[in-house]
Amino acid sequence: MLPVADVVELSRLQFGLTAMFHFLFVPLTLGLSWILVICESVYVMTGQQVYKDMTRFWGKLFGINFAMGVTTGMTLEFQFGTNWAYYAHYVGDIFGTPLAIEGMMAFFLESTFVGLFFFGWNRLSKVQHLVVTFLVALGSNLSALWILIANGWMQNPVGAEFNYQTMRMELTSITDVIFNPVAQVKFVHTLAAGYVAAAMFVLGVSAWYLLRARDTGFAIRSFAVAAGFGLASVCSVIVLGDESGYATGEVQKVKLAAIEAEWDTHPAPAAITVFGLPNQAEQRTDYAVRIPYALGLIATRSTDKQITGIKDLVREHEARIRNGMLAYEALVKLRAGDGSEDVKRQFERHQADLGFGLLLKKYTPNVVDATPAQIAAAAQDTIPRVAPLFWSFRVMVGLGLLFLFIFGASFWFLARRNLAPQRWLLRLAVISIPLPWVAIMTGWFVAEYGRQPWSISGVLPTFLSASSIEPGQVWFSLIGLMTIYVLLFAIEMYLMLKYIRLGPSSLHTGRYFRETGTPAHSANAS
Amino acid sequence: MIDYETLKLIWWGLMVLLMLGFALTGGWDLGVATLLPWVGHNDEERRVAINAIGPTWEGNQTWLITFGAALFAAWPLVYAAAFSVLYVALIFTLFALFLRPVGFDYRSKLDDPRWRNGWDWGLFVGGVFPALVFGVAIGNLFLGLPFAYDDTLRVTYHGGFLDLFSGFTIGTGLLAVAMLTLHGGAYLYLRTDAAVAERARRATLVAGLVTAALFAVLGFWLARLPGYQVVAIGDVNGVLTPTQKQVARDVGLWFANYHAWPRLWLLPAVGLGGAVLTSVAAALRWRWLGLAGSSLAVIGIIVSAGAALFPFVLPSSIDAVASLTAWDAVSSHRTLGLMLGVVAIFIPVIALYTSWVYRVMRGTVTVEQIRRETHTSY
Repeated sequence: MLPVADVVELSRLQFGLTAMFHFLFVPLTLGLSWILVICESVYVMTGQQVYKDMTRFWGKLFGINFAMGVTTGMTLEFQFGTNWAYYAHYVGDIFGTPLAIEGMMAFFLESTFVGLFFFGWNRLSKVQHLVVTFLVALGSNLSALWILIANGWMQNPVGAEFNYQTMRMELTSITDVIFNPVAQVKFVHTLAAGYVAAAMFVLGVSAWYLLRARDTGFAIRSFAVAAGFGLASVCSVIVLGDESGYATGEVQKVKLAAIEAEWDTHPAPAAITVFGLPNQAEQRTDYAVRIPYALGLIATRSTDKQITGIKDLVREHEARIRNGMLAYEALVKLRAGDGSEDVKRQFERHQADLGFGLLLKKYTPNVVDATPAQIAAAAQDTIPRVAPLFWSFRVMVGLGLLFLFIFGASFWFLARRNLAPQRWLLRLAVISIPLPWVAIMTGWFVAEYGRQPWSISGVLPTFLSASSIEPGQVWFSLIGLMTIYVLLFAIEMYLMLKYIRLGPSSLHTGRYFRETGTPAHSANAS
Repeated sequence: MIDYETLKLIWWGLMVLLMLGFALTGGWDLGVATLLPWVGHNDEERRVAINAIGPTWEGNQTWLITFGAALFAAWPLVYAAAFSVLYVALIFTLFALFLRPVGFDYRSKLDDPRWRNGWDWGLFVGGVFPALVFGVAIGNLFLGLPFAYDDTLRVTYHGGFLDLFSGFTIGTGLLAVAMLTLHGGAYLYLRTDAAVAERARRATLVAGLVTAALFAVLGFWLARLPGYQVVAIGDVNGVLTPTQKQVARDVGLWFANYHAWPRLWLLPAVGLGGAVLTSVAAALRWRWLGLAGSSLAVIGIIVSAGAALFPFVLPSSIDAVASLTAWDAVSSHRTLGLMLGVVAIFIPVIALYTSWVYRVMRGTVTVEQIRRETHTSY
């Protein structure tokens, strides 16, 4: 019995919303943990109290954010089983492994030491505490590594093959899964994006203190740490975040063609479409502005490799669907106990395309009796809607360039000791605080919406992955989750803003703005 | 590489071990949260209780997260079937678990008493509700859960949320709450002083007796319920799917393992004895003995339930053959071997640094300390 269409759509909505909500908090954890390490290292090396106060104040905000990250992370682990039971069965043999390693190698580390970070100040030596802070940062970053290895495998499922006896994908090489090029590119890009978000957060909040001329000694040092860290991160995010990750893997090729609105295959190296209006119905891009050669050079890092256009991808997929029908036909016989050599050979020849055959389940449960019209429709299903991907990608890239400018300018004026008069830059930093999150959300949208119709690229269609539960159950969880999330988010934002307004005086050291009454006074005021 | 059959057996043990990891450490936090309204009569006293577990609860909960992830990796069929058949129950549990990270961290960030009292109730619900659901879920394993498989090994269901509650499963739910209250109470008695410790001591005394009584009653009850037994199964050293076996279902079969290996009776004896020992220790005011007793109770009770079920992990009430066992619900040979290596490396490392953290944070949490460190404590 296939899952009900409503269950699939509601579960997708629920997973998408809860994953994006979780990722409001993750980037700040990833980046802020390193900013804490930087501040505390300076404290340990120089002994200057202000750097300890910086570690503790930004640590307080880190804690408020971290609690939400933990809260919302659990939902995702639950959902693979609750809403995507067939997915869990079909790929658990491979997909579960990085999640379990993440738990043992990374999440334990960060969760065990995060308590000591907050409560260990008087019980540990300076160096011991720094090591604890470092381990929290290491744990959260390693956590991202394993999650992105799991996610990378969904985009490019290497190191696995189908076992018809157990009706699932099984691991053939863990090193292939770990060193999956898609996963590696994703890891570096996602981490660096998180660092940019955290740096922009610290930069913007510090700029706000500077604009109000309060705790300037504290604020300018925080601003400097954020500017340096942010500039390095935004350079990595741009250089390492280019489209080289899209050269391998079936769904990656489709995404590349969609985000660049490449309807046709052009001779290498292809031109890049900077602007245009993708027109899906007529399969062309209106008013396109193109730069010759650029796309080919960026995406393939060569002058002679082609980038396959959407029309050709559909043609390739139609052929793979036909092969998939043969694979499915053989699979049914094998499952029924017909183990003859002919059947086995037929299955082995076509099993790489089994997933494409499964796409037909949406149209005909038996797969093998699909009409040419149904095959053509299934082939069209393999192409996501182009315009949302095209635009999301451009928003992300545009914001990345804006961040480069902000961090670059901040660094420049800091180095020239001429920051205070640049009130326009400080204001820009404050209003830009939410923008890295916009860039991150559009980036994830491209990666995950662009993966449709697959849950595992070329292997398992999304509509087969859901549990065979009732729509009412998903309505219940969806409404419940959204209600709780909205409440928790309001509470989190309230606390965040309250502590940002209090600033370092929330540490009750007696050295800062609200305690001394003199805005400009602070420890080591410059 | 270790042969498949041995690996399957080892993984049964490792799943029990991970569950024990959570019950023994996270159990303190769930139990203390359950006791919160009783041991803390004002804000400072409740802060004493919260700060006794505050610095370590997060690492402890990771045992639960890791248990879930290991279930996904090593027993993917169990993960898929259990999580979806228990959909509504698990979503409720998730809501209750939400209250913990934010409850601990946000509670003392504002002074408003309504805010703090609200979060205290949140922490209470976040402690007692998951314990109750885990207990009800384990009770339902003995009755079987209503799932079956179609020919593509897709799980289908025939039953609702309310069907999970019967006399027996409410009993196992209460047993889980009593057991973790016992464990949390023994820990709180050790880590606090004055009024909070005294109330924790009295609660522990009662919880020990309740745990022992419930465990004994449920044991006799179980003997009157239909149990499951694998009558025939393919080569357990090979690749098996859930439908390749024959299963008998009859009253008393849940004790078949105990009849076959009488030494197993040691397990329930440890569970029962540990619970009583904790009560005795509480009466005598022997703090460390109480903690040893409650740990034995937790280990004895959980492992004796596992031993009764073995090799079953998730029996089905509507199609006994579809029941999942440690032999046929597992990952491939390669994945089990790989994951064993991961566990063998990381679990000892985790145990080491966790003990170090507990050592650093050792000592008694007092009202005076909360007053002194009011801005840095939870």
